[in-house]
Amino acid sequence: MLLNEFLLLGAALFAIGVYGVLVRRNGVMVLMSIELILNAVNINLIAFGALHHTVVGQVFALFVITIAAAEVGVGLAIVLMLYRNRSSIDLDQIDAMRG
Amino acid sequence: MILGATMVAQHITFGIIAAIVIVGALRVVTTNNVVHAALWLVAVLSGVGGSFILLGAEFVGVTQILIYVGAIVVLFLFGIMLTRAPIGREVNLTGSSWPMGLVVAIPIAGVLAYTLIDAFGTDHIGNDTRQLTAQVSDTLFQNYLIPFEVVSVLLLAALIGAIVLARKE
Repeated sequence: MLLNEFLLLGAALFAIGVYGVLVRRNGVMVLMSIELILNAVNINLIAFGALHHTVVGQVFALFVITIAAAEVGVGLAIVLMLYRNRSSIDLDQIDAMRG
Repeated sequence: MILGATMVAQHITFGIIAAIVIVGALRVVTTNNVVHAALWLVAVLSGVGGSFILLGAEFVGVTQILIYVGAIVVLFLFGIMLTRAPIGREVNLTGSSWPMGLVVAIPIAGVLAYTLIDAFGTDHIGNDTRQLTAQVSDTLFQNYLIPFEVVSVLLLAALIGAIVLARKE
């Protein structure tokens, strides 16, 4: 297998995730797009680990998966708080800190 | 002969997985139904797990399915439910600034693709990439024991933080 197959898949997934983070209006959908970005990173870690015949890539991928789980937990709690205080999770309306 | 057949099978499998992942990811960021987006996310995460198994990382592949599809997607569905997003209804979930999103995302994809093809154009991963789960656990619990414990504490902190944030006053 070519290394590039996997790296290009990761790059495409990363770009799609960035697009989602930038354009989605719903807070939960932005968190989903962040998951896409983290998965792109994991593909790269595992592919390079396979290239160099080392398991360190897998170990770091496991760490990324764990951090992603923690991030989703806190992120969803923040979105819930936002919903409770503003009755909306439309990110276009959350502009209290706009300069 | 057998080696050649394996290579062809690997390429076909990768093509199928890549198609599922790309189509699913595009639907996650374009669909106007929040629940459909969560279900397309399941397809993407399963496809990524499949690519891990194709790369010989069985343990991470199975963990991916268990943690992401089993836990994180359920968490997302709870988030959708608790924020009373319009379930089953089509609403405009994409902001009016979507052309600017394309302006950012397409150059990122282009530059990454150019750089990767330039740098790793001919690098081959061997056909046999299997790595034993025992090796993963040995490395994790010998060389990376302290980071592992730190991540455990981080998970605990995130858990408590999420409870404190979401708790009713």
